[in-house]
Amino acid sequence: MEKTKEKKDPLFHIVKRDNVKTSKLIGIKTTAIVLALVVSSILLAITLGCNPFTFIGSLFTGTFASYSFWDALKEIAILLSLGLALLPAFKMKFWNTGADGQALIGALAAYMCLYFMHDKMPDPLLAIISLVCAVLAGVVWAVIPAIFKALWNTNEILFTLMMNYIAIQCVSIFINKYSTGGSNTLPNIYSGELPMIHEYLTLVIITALLVAFVAIYIKKMKHGFELSLVGESVNTAKYVGINVKKVVIRTLILSGAICGLVGFMLTNGLNHVVNTSTLGGQGFTAIIVVWLANFNPYFMILTAFLVIFLKRGSTELLSNIGQANDSIPLIVTSIFIFFIIGCTFFSRYKILFRRKEFETYALEKKKKIDECNKLIEELQSDPVANEKKIKALEEKIKKYYAQIEKYGDKETKDIDNKFVNFFGIICSNINAFFGMVCDFVVYKIFRRKKEEIKEETKEEEKSRVELEESAEHLEISNNSGNIEKEDAE
Amino acid sequence: MITLIISSIAIFAVFLYGSLGEIITEKSGHLNLGTPGIMCFGGIGGCAGVHLAYKMVGSNNVMAYIWIILIAIIFTIIFGGLIGLLYSFLTVSLRSNQNITGLAITTFGVAAANYFGTKIDRTVLMNVANKCFLKIFPVTDKSNAFLRIFFGHGFLVYLAIIIAILAYLFLKKTKTGLRLRAVGENPATADAAGLNVARYRYGATTIGAIISGFGGLFLILDYLSCNNEAADATISAFGWLAVALVIFSIWSPKIAILGTFIFALCYIGIIRINAMPTPKSLLEALPYLVTIIVLIFTSIFGGKQVQPPEALGLNYFREDR
Repeated sequence: MEKTKEKKDPLFHIVKRDNVKTSKLIGIKTTAIVLALVVSSILLAITLGCNPFTFIGSLFTGTFASYSFWDALKEIAILLSLGLALLPAFKMKFWNTGADGQALIGALAAYMCLYFMHDKMPDPLLAIISLVCAVLAGVVWAVIPAIFKALWNTNEILFTLMMNYIAIQCVSIFINKYSTGGSNTLPNIYSGELPMIHEYLTLVIITALLVAFVAIYIKKMKHGFELSLVGESVNTAKYVGINVKKVVIRTLILSGAICGLVGFMLTNGLNHVVNTSTLGGQGFTAIIVVWLANFNPYFMILTAFLVIFLKRGSTELLSNIGQANDSIPLIVTSIFIFFIIGCTFFSRYKILFRRKEFETYALEKKKKIDECNKLIEELQSDPVANEKKIKALEEKIKKYYAQIEKYGDKETKDIDNKFVNFFGIICSNINAFFGMVCDFVVYKIFRRKKEEIKEETKEEEKSRVELEESAEHLEISNNSGNIEKEDAE
Repeated sequence: MITLIISSIAIFAVFLYGSLGEIITEKSGHLNLGTPGIMCFGGIGGCAGVHLAYKMVGSNNVMAYIWIILIAIIFTIIFGGLIGLLYSFLTVSLRSNQNITGLAITTFGVAAANYFGTKIDRTVLMNVANKCFLKIFPVTDKSNAFLRIFFGHGFLVYLAIIIAILAYLFLKKTKTGLRLRAVGENPATADAAGLNVARYRYGATTIGAIISGFGGLFLILDYLSCNNEAADATISAFGWLAVALVIFSIWSPKIAILGTFIFALCYIGIIRINAMPTPKSLLEALPYLVTIIVLIFTSIFGGKQVQPPEALGLNYFREDR
């Protein structure tokens, strides 16, 4: 027994956008960020009971206040460098989730150099040696998964992820062996330092150079082109004659080297010590930074800033209201990420809502108007028609008039209903994301519908005017017909 | 030896829940890297349920236990389902990148678990866990190894095995399971055959998230002995291992039962060896090394039978060509 169900068109369907205007793109992103701000401040108001305006205020003081500005810059520099390390690999669609481990092992290598050699050689030489060691360690950590990926297509996501944990264990082994007096921490070693000009300016300069280098590497150099091609399509790359395995391994060497450099910066520049939480999951955040920036090294500056801005802001908020919690900043950041991830949908696709019924109404109306016009033409074409015929035609025209008006009414009413329905559907699903959809789409639809209605009413009026004119003409011709008749008599 | 097997069975249940959830999700073509976060979130949700139920009904009689168990299960389902829905809304409807969304979900879930973990009273959990979750059959005879190994566990362990068998039957024997696999292998063909791809993917991801959530609950109650405040780091490490175990068990719930048990045995065995001269941390790194070796082996020697679903990690959009 099969039930024949009348299938309705889906409420909306999704179409790909070809190219989006930058202004629109910025609008979409801003809407998403504002909505995320609203949602996270509501959440904070519920969980911590704090005023949303305090939240927004502390967001700004967290980064831009004089006491926190350089700290913020430092954090941005580290995060951005990690992101830059990941960028070439991601461009190649090699999902390196192991930036954490690569940087940590680099930091460990740098620290080991300091630990074993700090009293045996001059500072600059020590710094250079530990830099080299850190970079080499990072390269080794990145290249192992790359070799297996290149040769046997081993899943690199999980491989690099597991390498993170192994790096953490390596660090804890080192700590177990060399920690001072059972305190489970290593001594701070201040020799072989990365010289710091004016607070953390050195880090900022290194990061700026890295941005420039990675941008040139990816956009201008042959290597960059090759890895983009491998990312787009391995088969095309092979066909062109690119040695895919070589490209994969080469790119991951670069990736690991930059990670190692970050490790060096962390050990020799900032912490002077290494422990298992040196990186603190920044490798994962860096992945998100890269992806949010749409694989563009310059945009990454912005996204890294955004992430740090949020993190520092919410930490600031917590310290302002006298609570210490590591997880609130992460929750706030991930809410923002959800929104930004979600909003990319609207820049790639657009939603078309069902408009079929309107279209049928419009068609029918047009038909009627056409018929009227035909009648008028008929009338005009033979002016010597007799009275009865003319009257019949006039009545017919009147009837059509009425019908047209009726359709017009129906349509406007229906639009009203539609909007009510539409709001009902959307509002019933109000959660954060549908809110976003609503905001954006309603705005668009509203405008489109308004314009359409305007146009249609214009057309209607036009045709009505035409009809009236022709009716007048009819009367005149009628009279003239009578006169002619009289004349003939 | 017997204690080793018993405690590895408990860990085995956690791994089994995590990788079962992930298997069902991946069968629909979605690589959910949010599993650690989902496990954290679902687990902490379940703990919240326990806490709430304890406050409401106390823990005096059998009826109260049943209530506590029921409410804990419902809370785990709600929390796991919600975060699974969030993931599937972002990836299925909004077609975001699955890896990024998964990582964001992980960050969110772990952080949320960390935050809410501090709100739940540990003593309540311990009190309840010993009575309701860690035992189901009245085994008092400590000398009988057979009884202890097979009947000395909480109901969640048996539930895990039952779910695994059901998942196997579902995927292999039922029409819906076949369709689900078709959606994971080639969504375009499935769509052409008249299946609602989005619906299957939503369903599989959400159910997978719920199953993973149970893993988190059991991990907190059993392995961590209710130490809900330090739960997030351990669960996320376990979650990643569970994701890796999906490859180990080559996307089959049947093999997952055996594979996760062997893995759990190794895991516990390694941790139990304290008398060895090597540093303990080196041994603690072994599970990850083993996982890597398994990954390499399956990639080198894997034939056609052990390949992931073909559309794994790809979002489906009908007009894409």
